[in-house]
Amino acid sequence: MKKRSYDTIVIGGGSAGLAAAAEIAGRGYRVAVLERELGLGGILNQCIHNGFGLHYFKEELTGPEYAERMIDKSSRFPGIDFYLDSAVLDVKGLIGGEARSGAENDGKPQPDGGLVVYGISKREGITEFTAASIVLAMGCRERNRGNIGIPGTRPAGVFTAGLAQRLVNVDGYIPGKEVVIVGSGDIGLIMARRMTWVGARVHGVVEIQPYPSGLTRNIAQCLNDFSIPLYLSHVVSEIHGRRRVEGVTITPIEDHHEQPGKSFRLDCDTLLLSVGLVPDNELSRRLGVVLNPETGGPYVDASLMTSVPGVFACGNVLHVHDLVDWVTEESSRCGSNVCDFLAGEATPWQGAVAAGANVKYVLPNRYTPSRKNVFYLRTLVVKNGALLRASLSGRTLLERRLAHVQPSEMVTFTLGPDAFAGGHGAAAKGGLADGRLEVSVE
Amino acid sequence: MESYDVAIVGAGVTGAAIARRLSAYSLDVALLEKECDVSFGVSKANSGIIHAGFHHSPSSLKARLEVLGNMMYDALQRELHFPFRRCGIVVAAFSIEEMKTVERLYAQGLDNKVIGIELCSRDRILSLEPKLNPDVVGGLHAPSGGIIEPYRFVFSLVESACKNGVTLKREFEVVEAEVSRVRRHRFVLRSRSGDAIRTRWVVNAAGLFADEVSRIVGGEELTIIPRKGEEFLMDRNAKGYPSRVVFPVPSPDSKGMLVIPTVEGTTMIGPTAIEVEDKEDLRTTHENFERVCASARRLVPSVSERDIITSFAGLRPTLAGNDFYIAVSQVQPHLIQVAGIQSPGLTASPAIAEYVKDLLKQDGLPLVERPDFDPAIEEVPRLRELDPEAADRLVQANPDYGEVVCRCETVSEAEVVAAIRRGHTTLDGVKFYTRAGMGRCQGGFCTYKTLKIIEREAKLSLSEITKRGEGSVVLGSTVGDLPVGGAS
Repeated sequence: MKKRSYDTIVIGGGSAGLAAAAEIAGRGYRVAVLERELGLGGILNQCIHNGFGLHYFKEELTGPEYAERMIDKSSRFPGIDFYLDSAVLDVKGLIGGEARSGAENDGKPQPDGGLVVYGISKREGITEFTAASIVLAMGCRERNRGNIGIPGTRPAGVFTAGLAQRLVNVDGYIPGKEVVIVGSGDIGLIMARRMTWVGARVHGVVEIQPYPSGLTRNIAQCLNDFSIPLYLSHVVSEIHGRRRVEGVTITPIEDHHEQPGKSFRLDCDTLLLSVGLVPDNELSRRLGVVLNPETGGPYVDASLMTSVPGVFACGNVLHVHDLVDWVTEESSRCGSNVCDFLAGEATPWQGAVAAGANVKYVLPNRYTPSRKNVFYLRTLVVKNGALLRASLSGRTLLERRLAHVQPSEMVTFTLGPDAFAGGHGAAAKGGLADGRLEVSVE
Repeated sequence: MESYDVAIVGAGVTGAAIARRLSAYSLDVALLEKECDVSFGVSKANSGIIHAGFHHSPSSLKARLEVLGNMMYDALQRELHFPFRRCGIVVAAFSIEEMKTVERLYAQGLDNKVIGIELCSRDRILSLEPKLNPDVVGGLHAPSGGIIEPYRFVFSLVESACKNGVTLKREFEVVEAEVSRVRRHRFVLRSRSGDAIRTRWVVNAAGLFADEVSRIVGGEELTIIPRKGEEFLMDRNAKGYPSRVVFPVPSPDSKGMLVIPTVEGTTMIGPTAIEVEDKEDLRTTHENFERVCASARRLVPSVSERDIITSFAGLRPTLAGNDFYIAVSQVQPHLIQVAGIQSPGLTASPAIAEYVKDLLKQDGLPLVERPDFDPAIEEVPRLRELDPEAADRLVQANPDYGEVVCRCETVSEAEVVAAIRRGHTTLDGVKFYTRAGMGRCQGGFCTYKTLKIIEREAKLSLSEITKRGEGSVVLGSTVGDLPVGGAS
């Protein structure tokens, strides 16, 4: 078994991992990026449509082009080693010189001698990587049929939209010819257009909510431009077909109840599911990282460090983002925080961040009054002209009118030291008992 | 035309166990399966419980074979390496009336010679299973009960049988038979695709279709009624699930809906028990999902709908009277009927095989032990079960172990290749053999990898690969195949 030592191990070579790794290596630290696929870039490689990079690179790129930029950016640094085709089997903390998993010690006591990552590849076998810090950047996975419990038969022809996207765009295979899509998430919308372009017929997109869950621009460009019907407030209530999908029953929802009497059938041979993404935290769990049921990702402090010291998280493994630009921003910031950790900088005082009215979650879960804080939040409501408010012990630090909010569109805001200044020097020193920052949308 | 001494119709757990048992003798045995892989019928959706033997009356054939079968699993596992664990079974009672039924089960278990069976007070059962609903008043504990992966058991039995000379014919659906009263090979069995074999004896282990096979080969009239069971599988990370199989107190016609820790660390809840008419009706419904959840929560309150990763349905082949029917046919010589093998058919299957072997012997089949019978099959190491040092040695010896195909269940390429080389060339076949695609992402990440390995190893084009045989092609066409009309 090979043994290698680095300052940081980045798990995942998608946009999150690459952005964090570039930041850390840029400050002279030695970084290993472990990527399970044959190439870097992650899911971006199968997203051959454009619309990426408008915020971060200020130009419109395709997914592979965006990935290329990230790869170029990070591979400039000699301090980064990329391990491709290398999956991670396990992660452990060194406690008293012994590698122990989170499950073995129930997350406690905390690692005191660094962290161990077991990588596996065809060429190298198992490699034991040791490092002072880990960046979790494994991204997310798709929710599937089981998660939403669509009744009916279990024939061939049911795919998650992302899998279908990979099959079409990377492998060159078409999952089917007559398609119905469940869920109006962005991947589902993009795939409605993509399937049409390769010659399949898309008979409709079925969305349980009364509003689409993907970006407005995708509704226009992927459905309306192709006259693909969008069934809002409808569910697929049954899958038909014994061997291969033969059709689906679609049932409208009125007053929060399915109306079976108004059901209709769409014949199809393929059902694509775009029913949400979940941060992929299996390794985090093994390490004993505490997860937030609201996001599916780890709880993180103001530096994006998880409950296990030295273990950071960024990108879609932390929470599912709408745009890769936000992933890159967050992950670069995470990388910078990792550098501070590696440099042994004392952690400044941090207060708790709480989701207030109409907010599903706010990240990070803690703030530092002495520094710039970037927050991401998702709302629980759809509203025009909503008021975003951040308040500390009843004192409003920020108020901003938002033109439109909906759960599928992430909201971001920043609070710098100046926002916290004025009567709250006590909080910065940790002297204030109730330093809870509450964020609401009303 | 190929000639056999015995043709076993049906490669579910019953047929596979019989084939494997007969493979110890110098016989020409054919195992005929209508599906494209073994275990793809009733056995596929089995709950995977090795019952202890207290559920059935000592007067039934079921009870006898159940207890005998239960005791045979340790030796079989040593030879065949399928996932099996004696985790124990508890029955939870929630009232004085239910406790009376439990006491009757206990007495029945003693009569059936169930090893280690005990009556439990409330304290005892809660100390065994702290996750049980605290309203429990007492119950039963049978430590000899266990859990198994049913399809893996069938795969191992068939592999062992074939290694010892049994001929497996997949996609051989018996649709026609000729019976001769004078020929040494009494039966000619013809398949839907036009193949034919000759055989001296027929063993009808056709599960749901045992009635049709009996009719085709001129046996007595049987009526198999499918009784559907829907089951729901929970994520292995789900917390708060019991370590033993938890039964409610049974009703006269069903063992009830259970909470089952699977041998691979997930949890299953179910099954329902509803008679249906259609032998291919494997639909699941939302109503039954709610019933199963409610029933499971009554036993173990922490059962959460949010933990469910998939659902499936199976059909039990039931006969009137609810007992097994295992006998030499009353009307057709040289036909052995093995019908109505519903629960506890999996548990009983090794004992059923012994019983059928004895019936064949009594019926005149000479049984001469093969000197070269090898009871063991090769054990395929599983990456997820190894520590890093052992995994490293394995990758050095076979680099295919270094490629993780299924990340949720940690399945390596080497294991997928092993499945394909054993004839499991469909997505479901590979899934059942390796667990690739059985985890929380349900194949979202590994499907394309598995497809490519099947393409390479089985020398199939991607458009020929099916989920589970004819009609279930996974990918129809390649980009460029379809006429493109643009915006419609």
